[in-house]
Amino acid sequence: MASATRVREPKPVRWALRAIVTAYVFLLVLWPVSLVVKYTFADGMTAMTTALAEPDVRQALRLTVMVALIAVAVNLVFGVGISLLLVRYEFPGKRVLSALIDVPLSVSPIVVGLALVLVYSPRNGLFGKGLSEAGIQVIFASPGMVMATVFVALPLVIREVVPVLQEIGDEQEQASQSLGANAFQTFRRITLPSIKWAVVYGVVLALARSLGEYGAVKVVSGNVTGQSRTATMIVESKYQGFEQPAAYAVAFLLAMASVVCIVVVGFLRPSTGDHS
Amino acid sequence: MSLTTSTAPGRVTRARRSARSGSLSVTSGLGLGVAMLWFSLLVLIPLAMVVASAGSTGLGGFVAVITESQTLAAVQLTVLQSLMVTAVNVVMGTMIAWVLVRDRFQGKRILDVVIDIPFALPTIVAGLVLLSLYGPNSPLGLNVANTRYAVFLALAFVTLPFVVRTVQPVLEELEADVEEASASLGATRLTTFRRIILPSLVPSIAAGAALSFARGISEYGSLVLLSGNLPNHTEVAAVRVFTFIENGDTASAAAVATLMLIVALAVIVALDIIQRRVARRG
Amino acid sequence: MSIEIKDINKKFGDFVALEDISLNIPTGQLTALLGPSGGGKSTLLRIIAGLESTDEGTVHIEGVEATHLPPQKRNVGFVFQHYAAFKHMSVAKNVAYGLEIRKRSKADTKKRVAELLELVHLSQFAHRLPSQLSGGQRQRMALARALAVEPTVLLLDEPFGALDAKVRKELRDWLRRLHDEVHVTTVFVTHDQEEALEVADEIVVINNGRIEQIGSPDELYDAPANDFVMSFLGPVTTLEGLLMRPHDIDVSTAGEVAGTTPGEVVRMLRVGFEVRLTVRPTTGRGAGSSPGQEGDVTVVLTRSHARELGIDVGSTVWLSANRGATSVARRAIAAV
Repeated sequence: MASATRVREPKPVRWALRAIVTAYVFLLVLWPVSLVVKYTFADGMTAMTTALAEPDVRQALRLTVMVALIAVAVNLVFGVGISLLLVRYEFPGKRVLSALIDVPLSVSPIVVGLALVLVYSPRNGLFGKGLSEAGIQVIFASPGMVMATVFVALPLVIREVVPVLQEIGDEQEQASQSLGANAFQTFRRITLPSIKWAVVYGVVLALARSLGEYGAVKVVSGNVTGQSRTATMIVESKYQGFEQPAAYAVAFLLAMASVVCIVVVGFLRPSTGDHS
Repeated sequence: MSLTTSTAPGRVTRARRSARSGSLSVTSGLGLGVAMLWFSLLVLIPLAMVVASAGSTGLGGFVAVITESQTLAAVQLTVLQSLMVTAVNVVMGTMIAWVLVRDRFQGKRILDVVIDIPFALPTIVAGLVLLSLYGPNSPLGLNVANTRYAVFLALAFVTLPFVVRTVQPVLEELEADVEEASASLGATRLTTFRRIILPSLVPSIAAGAALSFARGISEYGSLVLLSGNLPNHTEVAAVRVFTFIENGDTASAAAVATLMLIVALAVIVALDIIQRRVARRG
Repeated sequence: MSIEIKDINKKFGDFVALEDISLNIPTGQLTALLGPSGGGKSTLLRIIAGLESTDEGTVHIEGVEATHLPPQKRNVGFVFQHYAAFKHMSVAKNVAYGLEIRKRSKADTKKRVAELLELVHLSQFAHRLPSQLSGGQRQRMALARALAVEPTVLLLDEPFGALDAKVRKELRDWLRRLHDEVHVTTVFVTHDQEEALEVADEIVVINNGRIEQIGSPDELYDAPANDFVMSFLGPVTTLEGLLMRPHDIDVSTAGEVAGTTPGEVVRMLRVGFEVRLTVRPTTGRGAGSSPGQEGDVTVVLTRSHARELGIDVGSTVWLSANRGATSVARRAIAAV
């Protein structure tokens, strides 16, 4: 950054801007988030250990991690695949697909849940009835929760990988081909190492989003205690059930996970503008 | 995070790009087929079903659902608060991006990372987090729980990163010599900002505002604990949809959901037009 | 014949990139595809490599029908203008890549890589990453990488185009010497006529998707098939309706002789050892108006010759084509 040589604002203006911005972010994000940490450990580790001793909390955490891992794996495979198709190939409908990829970012999680219920509900869903007769339960079961989670985190891997693929171009891949490598060898030995970091960022962001998904999962889960409740739903029910220490403990775990993800991405990623 | 990233034309290298473009091989064709099937089953068909279900009772039924007073109040509140939050984000987001790009101070890197927290924090946790500072036990003595301020607060929290992250890269790419030229021609700093810098930021601000508004319209999780969901007062559209679903009235749920989709789409398209117009003029 | 190309046509949308191209490239030679950018020469090279498909026509490499073979099955070495270095691999790994793909033994690969790095003078950089090399070094690495797999043909797409003038000249000499050592059939694309004339055994001039002429550098220079080839191979001027090279024009101050054209020197520029004159004919059309106009003749003399003749701006001179000058009739509409 060339800010040292730039025409600059007078000092008071710079200080005022810096103060306003810092205060805003502090009051809106940093202070509230730090309070959760404070409340969680107000009585030392008791709130945490009590909460973790409860079977339904443990079950919910296990379910959350499982759903998130499957959803991330699915998004990893499809994300990289769709990115390659979008950048390296021409096909009819490419522009439309490229525009539609971002749709999940703008759709309410509740609407996502509703949409999946309308199609996969065992009672009256478009495909759900048939699937249910075949013995496959999607809604009110883990497949539905995985689908909802995949839906909301769908664009994250693609948005990281597509620009990198565009930037590296395809000359290295052509060179690899001319040296005798087939498509799979070229992907594994040339393309993948070049997009490695973008994939890692995308996966970490998708993981953060998947662990924390609430609305969409709540709609498709049916919220059956102990069976299909995720960690986020536990936070809600504990808080509303006046078990605030437990709510804070689980919230802390979720917040930790997402903050760690963000920090990892934030510090791994070369700051924008640094790359050539 | 810009609306334009994934659709960006990139550097349009000449048509002679690669032997593979234009012709899909068997493997890539199969890959495309599987990807499209998956995308359809997961996203396209379900969203289409929402719209179809909303239309199942005819236009009259649709209008009846959305003009019902409690629903109407929820939609009005959601749109109004989203607009206000978007306006705040346009100002604050641009300011934050400015400070992140142009200023240098201890802890800037931390500020940069903190901006992303609202994007990754589970929404239910976001609600809880805000309650701890602005709820009944507020250390500040500010209790906005169960009021309309709570809706505004929650939306401001979850939409914080959007404008910042769209404006930041554009600001970084701006060339210093243009500003220096403006200064050498006698413009004050404020004039340079208003006439030189701001116009080149407008497209990215518009893109960030669109994302921010769409997110505001669709927000659910952070409001559950914070706003109390009082009918006709703090109940937002997404909560209304959820209540309909819980009551088994999926047709009404779909009607409100469709309205939300239409509003979000309209704003995205409107801002996209602004963006293009400015980009063409600039 | 190493590469036989027959009746190739290629379009990109409405743009005709190649039209009815037929060409035989002999084994073991260094052939240049020369022409202005956008003329189709790179497309032709990429078709030979299999990186681009043809609309019509066939390609045979060493007698094998290769038109529909994917690039990885053609056994060609391809060197890109911008190196296409594998950025995440060391120089040695880059060179070893094709051998690893072919599952050569570790010992074999190691030996071959060492030989090639020796050949391109990069032995001491084996463990560096491409980003730690200069442009010229990267291109030598790319060449070693392409040669490692012992390709039937070596194809180079504007290999020196991204390098600065001095490095370019060095690499050019080096490529020629390398080819004399290795003797692999080589085709390279360039828009620099000097490069082609200096390095190639045979030159194929391509313009607007068509072959204008094929021949040795001498044939092309001494007997250009048309005004395009002539003007593409160096500066030209027009004297009495004929396209000629400025140094093929004799200047005399002795006075009117039959068959000479009188003119006035309107501009005189000294560059290094040569003197460039702009002479405006005083007979015929366009006598005596603004400088740089149609009809002006450019003439190049050596400094000593100009001094001997005592020429200066304003002098009257008589011009004629010297004996053995190459000339081509000027087309009604010049192609350049």
